[in-house]
Amino acid sequence: MARRPVALGATVIAGAAAAALVLALTVGTLAAVALRAEFSRGLGPAEWAAIRFTLWQATLSALLSTVLAVPVARALARRHFPGRALLVTLLGAPFILPVIVAVLGIVAVFGRGGWVNAALSAVGLGPVSIYGLPGVLLAHVFFNLPLATRLVLQGWLGIPAERFRLAAALGFGPADIARHIERPMLRAVLPGAFAVIFLICMTSFAVVLALGGGPRATTIELAIYQAFRFDFDLGKAALLATIQFALCVAAAGAARFVTVPEAAGPGLDRPRELYLHGRLRAAADALWITLSAVFLLAPLAAVVLRGAPAIAALPHPVWAAAGRSVVVSVPSAFLSVGLGLAMAAAIARLGRRRGAAVLEGIGYLSVAASPLVIGTGLFILIFPIADPARLALAVTAVVNAVMSLPFVLRALVPELRRIEADHGRLADSLGMHGWARYRLLILLRARRALGFGLGLAAALSMGDLGVIALFADPEGATLPLQIYRLMASYRMADAAGAALLLLALSLSAFWLFDRGGRLGADA
Amino acid sequence: MRLASIAAGLLALAGPVMADEKPVLTVYTYDSFVSDWGPGPAVEAAFEETCGCDLKFVGTGDGAALLARLRLEGARTDADVVLGLDTNLTHQAAETGLFAPHGVEVPDLDLPIAWDDPLFLPYDWGYFAFVYDKTRVTDVPHSFPELAESDLRIVIEDPRSSTPGLGLLLWVKTAYGDDAERIWQGLADNIVTVTKGWSEAYGMFLDGEADMVLSYTTSPAYHLIAEEDDSKAAAAFDEGHYMQVEVAGKVAGTDQPALADAFLEFMLSDRFQSIIPTTNWMYPARVPADGLPKGFETLVKPSRALLLPADKAAAVRDQALGEWLAALSR
Repeated sequence: MARRPVALGATVIAGAAAAALVLALTVGTLAAVALRAEFSRGLGPAEWAAIRFTLWQATLSALLSTVLAVPVARALARRHFPGRALLVTLLGAPFILPVIVAVLGIVAVFGRGGWVNAALSAVGLGPVSIYGLPGVLLAHVFFNLPLATRLVLQGWLGIPAERFRLAAALGFGPADIARHIERPMLRAVLPGAFAVIFLICMTSFAVVLALGGGPRATTIELAIYQAFRFDFDLGKAALLATIQFALCVAAAGAARFVTVPEAAGPGLDRPRELYLHGRLRAAADALWITLSAVFLLAPLAAVVLRGAPAIAALPHPVWAAAGRSVVVSVPSAFLSVGLGLAMAAAIARLGRRRGAAVLEGIGYLSVAASPLVIGTGLFILIFPIADPARLALAVTAVVNAVMSLPFVLRALVPELRRIEADHGRLADSLGMHGWARYRLLILLRARRALGFGLGLAAALSMGDLGVIALFADPEGATLPLQIYRLMASYRMADAAGAALLLLALSLSAFWLFDRGGRLGADA
Repeated sequence: MRLASIAAGLLALAGPVMADEKPVLTVYTYDSFVSDWGPGPAVEAAFEETCGCDLKFVGTGDGAALLARLRLEGARTDADVVLGLDTNLTHQAAETGLFAPHGVEVPDLDLPIAWDDPLFLPYDWGYFAFVYDKTRVTDVPHSFPELAESDLRIVIEDPRSSTPGLGLLLWVKTAYGDDAERIWQGLADNIVTVTKGWSEAYGMFLDGEADMVLSYTTSPAYHLIAEEDDSKAAAAFDEGHYMQVEVAGKVAGTDQPALADAFLEFMLSDRFQSIIPTTNWMYPARVPADGLPKGFETLVKPSRALLLPADKAAAVRDQALGEWLAALSR
């Protein structure tokens, strides 16, 4: 096709450079580990069982999360009520919690001695045990329903108002709207959301083990962990990490294959008001919002209640660590969004060309990467040339940026595609290329997605243990590492207080950037 | 006050200010040793008073992560001393060839076992045990079969990712040999869940998610001394209790051999040993002249100490793990 070959150059080169950094941190670190391997026993039946279980639980987790996200996002998209913005922000919180904190929050609500069982026994029922596959799914839906909801919600909010007006003018009923407007949007959004969540759940391990009830719930990531520290079989670790990447590529490819880009024409980019009347529908929406809010907020409430007594009197090192975490998270967020913007712009520019698929696939890679392999690979690469402890915070910021990139891309790619489709021709005809195109078109138009991406990346970076545990010197701990240290020295109450502080900081960062991005965009 | 500490944290980002020319002794250890609540800061201050050196701790994960890091670094390692391996890891550590004989005239140690390892010196030790809350558990089991027959619910750590988990694995294997798998099958329905590390397990226990947790006989001392809470206790098992002996060794390629020797001597001195009980919550390898802190006398004392020699521990590990996986994966 000979369409618009102009100015592919700079945009695509920037995107390719960003992709190269991702490749270096994911495939490069894996190669570093593989090259250090001296021997390998290869994969035994235990590893194959781990691979099967990983695929099974990740598929179910992603399916549940995305399916449940549809009614929740629809309800949030078409209902306006006081506190809605706050609720949407709070619903994002589980996704950014450190695993150990979230597990204790979930257990406080759904565990053997949790609130649910207390309520059940009060009415003479129970007890209900979540340990096993139900616990794994519960935890993964808790973590990922917010992400799925946000992605689907963005899809809904991105539908131009003209389409709904047109539908109203044509006398469309809810079924027609669903068929002609909503379903095409979902077909464009859901496969990507499914793929991302599938990959997140694939590399999950501490939460799977804790709520899975025992070694039946062994994932690939745990097998990698075992290969490293129990067998010191770097070859096996590298092999397992390669399998994770292969599954990642397959999942990304499958998602792309079933994704149907929205075909409907561009809108005038006006805010839309979407009020659907009908008492039954309103009640259903209210029910979905209430259920999801209770499910997601109850464990958070447990985190708050556990931490509140200790937060005022937290020891100095915790506050110092909080300062370091904030300082790491801001540049990490901007780096992540910078990389995401470069890649998303290139993807949008490349349109249906194969290069777009390759770039997008690379963007997914870090979510399938084993944090342990990244950390170890970086260690192998850095150790001969520099003191790893000196670089700990810088390396943490870069790794966290790349780890957040898949989520940033999920928010940016659809937005930039839409901008390219709606305004690309006009921009081309005006000769807007390079920086001018970014400044006058993309940055302005994609403000909402950019703010969301920055907020998410900052919050994720704040809450992620990342590679700091492998690199930190005693005085360089970030807040998540400090929480682990408090717990390791029996100080569970202080750890709970520090976890609440982390939750507050992560949410504030997310809220500030997200709101910042929306300023003026809603008006 | 908080702003000041945040600012201090930010200043630390700018990089350490190195003005003095003192020799640096680098000690690799596990992360919780160097934390603000571990023994690290007090040990560093005490040693630097006399050594005329800069003692630099480098913390990495736990004992197994420490060994993995050492293997990655190989002979190029910056470590002069490695502190924090246990006897379940010392066989593999010795096989790396990275360690030199400690050369210390070993003083009388207060260990339940004789010590004759030429490479590694112990600095503290403890017994693995199931810890419970006296206000909730009244019918306390006194053996693994009794525990298996009870309705008690326990949380344990995964031997593949946790050193206490590995300790439990070897405890059952040492006490029951070929019957270990049967014991695990009996315990399967008592196990609420298996966690990645000690912290998750202990946190879940304190939150009331389980009646007992695999920890140490010394764990109740923390609650008693730091929280004035005497409700926690460890169950004494008739089979005996498996020990964890934590050791340090001198790196053969050290560029500070004299300082490394001085540190290992210091490690068994009263100064170092008196820091251990209330920071690492373990027994000191040599009880200092002042004795153990008040409260330690209340701890349960196992009738038998179990410990596999390092080479046996390494040899039996894979088979024990296979039995554990088979029994708990049904």
